[in-house]
Amino acid sequence: MSEFENDAGGESAGRIKKFMFVNRKAPYGTIYALEGLEVVLIAAAFDQDVSLAFVDDGVYQLAKGQQTKALEIKNFSPAYRALEGYDVEKLYAERESLEARGLAAEDLIVPVEVLSSTELAELMAVQDVVISS
Amino acid sequence: MRLGILVNEGPYTHQASDSAYQFVKAAIAKGHAIHRVFFYHDGVNNSTKHTEPPQDDRHLVNRWSKLAGEHGIDLVVCVAAALRRGIKDEMLAPGFRISGLGQLVETGIEGDRLVVFGD
Repeated sequence: MSEFENDAGGESAGRIKKFMFVNRKAPYGTIYALEGLEVVLIAAAFDQDVSLAFVDDGVYQLAKGQQTKALEIKNFSPAYRALEGYDVEKLYAERESLEARGLAAEDLIVPVEVLSSTELAELMAVQDVVISS
Repeated sequence: MRLGILVNEGPYTHQASDSAYQFVKAAIAKGHAIHRVFFYHDGVNNSTKHTEPPQDDRHLVNRWSKLAGEHGIDLVVCVAAALRRGIKDEMLAPGFRISGLGQLVETGIEGDRLVVFGD
């Protein structure tokens, strides 16, 4: 049984919806970021209109220089760089979250569009599906 | 309306499964259809038949099974999240099945709304 079972060949074939994945948690400490990324890849494999938003501690998921050796947990941050290969290119980080944590766009491993919380809310409002974790 | 449901937390530790159950029951009572309930992250722990809460507590797993039996609701447990947490086919309570994350994306596409329960 694979992750790709029931892939886009089913009744959903050809239907495209706007999926936004809202990442709110730090990359380590809980599994949400890692397992959340799995859904992003599957949605992309279904050819959906996928975007990612990083807010709150979720902005740390994209921080450069993650070192996880001492945690004995795999550093999965390079996976965000692979998203482009899945045509997932709409990445947004919330300005307020970045600023509160002393981060700027250049501290992140992938290019993102920095949006205010108001702008991000407007973007969320036009999505068909918002999956937050 | 046709609804998809995502449950991201395990039973008892977190309210998500209770809230999702109450929501689904209320939605059905109002005449809405439930396209699927998908269990992800620790939400997969809602599916095991070995769950035995104290007798004076609600039995969340049985509640889901009963709801599935009465209304033909598709209860899907993510295979990768389940295997990571030691949950296999032979442990599933009635009404649950294990499948891939594609089933979550599909319910997002097919449903009019996807309602997420979790942190």
